Amino acid sequence: MRPVYAVTGGVSKFAKARPDRTFQALVKEAYDYALKDIGLEPRQANDLVDGTVGSYFSDHFQRQLMSAIMVQDYLGLVPKPGHRVEGGGATGGLCFQEAWKAVAGGDMDVCLAYGFETMSHVQTWKGNEFIALASDVSFDYPVGGFYSGYYAMMVTRHMKEFGTTVEQMAHVSVKNHINAIYNPYAQKHLRITIRDVREAPVVAWPLTRLDICTMSDGAACAILASEEGLARIEKAAGRSLPKVRVTGIGRGTDAMRMADRPHQSFEDFYRYNALPNEQDADSRAYYKDLWDRGFRYPGVHSFRAGRMASRQAYQRAEVTDPLNQIDFVELHDAYTSSEIQTYEDMGLCRYGEGGRFAESGLAFMPGIEYGLDLPQRPKCSVNPSGGLIACGHPVGASGLMQAVFAIWQLQGAIGRHFGNDRLQVRGARRGAIHSHAGTGTYVTVSILEKED
Amino acid sequence: MENHDIPTRPEETLDGTVVFNVPFPKDLKDLAGMAPVIVKQPYHIDYIHSYGQDSPFFAGLANRRLLGSRCTACGHTFGTPRMSCMACGGDCEWVELPQEGRVHTFTVCHFGSEEFLPECPYVLALVEFEGVDTLFLTRLLGVDPARPSLDWIGMKVRAKFRRLSRFKPTDVWFVPA
Ligand SMILES: [Zn+2]
Repeated sequence: MRPVYAVTGGVSKFAKARPDRTFQALVKEAYDYALKDIGLEPRQANDLVDGTVGSYFSDHFQRQLMSAIMVQDYLGLVPKPGHRVEGGGATGGLCFQEAWKAVAGGDMDVCLAYGFETMSHVQTWKGNEFIALASDVSFDYPVGGFYSGYYAMMVTRHMKEFGTTVEQMAHVSVKNHINAIYNPYAQKHLRITIRDVREAPVVAWPLTRLDICTMSDGAACAILASEEGLARIEKAAGRSLPKVRVTGIGRGTDAMRMADRPHQSFEDFYRYNALPNEQDADSRAYYKDLWDRGFRYPGVHSFRAGRMASRQAYQRAEVTDPLNQIDFVELHDAYTSSEIQTYEDMGLCRYGEGGRFAESGLAFMPGIEYGLDLPQRPKCSVNPSGGLIACGHPVGASGLMQAVFAIWQLQGAIGRHFGNDRLQVRGARRGAIHSHAGTGTYVTVSILEKED
Repeated sequence: MENHDIPTRPEETLDGTVVFNVPFPKDLKDLAGMAPVIVKQPYHIDYIHSYGQDSPFFAGLANRRLLGSRCTACGHTFGTPRMSCMACGGDCEWVELPQEGRVHTFTVCHFGSEEFLPECPYVLALVEFEGVDTLFLTRLLGVDPARPSLDWIGMKVRAKFRRLSRFKPTDVWFVPA
């Protein structure tokens, strides 16, 4: 495998509806931004790009099959190679990794990964129906298919097993919404409190409207390159560019039906799923005690796919202690509850500790006033951008939006792109992005690092 | 030469006409500032959906029987039937599930997909069965959706069946036992 650099990226403004642009033009908005940032004209860039990977989740939202080729021709990138990837909410993360593979494997020197979703083309309730079609249409969808309902069932079990509280979940909502106040790309700019979250209308008990991300229109893209490709881009740009390298990718999967999730033994958990930072005697004793009290893995409260993706990515990027070795994480917080579940999957804390981790302060941004009494100082900021909850979740774009924000963090360029540097993670050297589908069916984790 | 038997323009009626006049600038440069034209495109499909190898489950519901499956190779037992074992890839056989189980987890949906909006609020639950390795997704009736409680987890529940089967997984639902 060759080293792969994430050279530049762009994000369109995410909004509830963007009737001013078709999906092709939304992607162009993101692409033009990415090129402008490195000082390239479209004609120069199109000469350098060897091919593309396109990402969008649902054909239903556009009522248009083969949308990706329409983007590629709109950008002027035909007849170069290209294809579309799809994997639910993880579509953007998968797209980023497919582009990585194209470059790492030597097929391309410069690959454009782009993604979009235009969810405003149907009304919210119809959109919920489309999304719920990403559950088994024989056994799950007809029972009352609704993703917020599925996630609510998962967190209800998390609460029962571990004592996780709705206030702990609300901490995630407050953190991500208040971070997003400083991110001009975010769909929502709300200064909210724990009480606001709990007093918002209940969508699926115990999740309220402020525990859940919204549907959006939006696009994002990133350009990945080999050393040779980067050198060519730098030559065309006439200057040296900051180096951000993708040092590891990982993926995992799990059964479509939540009902099918297994209940593994303690021994199997340690054989297949435990992370390097969980090998010490203290962790083993902690988990042994959980199993003795009836805990089974992954059950419906944990995402085995997220754990496997983290494990693989960490192994490749040589991360052995994620909380101390990763400076920030942009993770798939479609629900506040899933951010808590993902802290555990990614090993930022142990399974069962996610609720307490959420209110500890460790995942917050330094120097931002949240109106909360946080016992600990920030250590690894999670969703400094505001995450999906506040930025919006145009499915095929979300995983790439995370990549763009991570590139900007590692370039130290947040101030330039956001117009203020409140969300710049100081001295950021290593970040992780996490993209997640279904009820945890496909999950991707990619590690990006600043290279001197 | 024009052949008058072959029409050169479609017949125009008022059907489908929604707007009769749309403003247009004199100078094409002004088009850059034009607001988008947004139209409605209806779309309706009837799918011919086969339950395939899972069909006996639905035939079972019509006969007030709740079926799961068991792997003939490793014995893994599925509360939602599947004919290929997720644990080992072996073939599964049909088994009858107990019609009593316990609530493994649940939620109350106050909103939902368009299709289910008229039924809100409704209670979704995953049910666990003694000696069965996986769960079953169902509606839970007979509990007050306005008073959800974590204490519902572990509650004993029993299956009830529609008399007029619709051949959907909602032909069965659960109530407190
Ligand atoms: Zn088996």
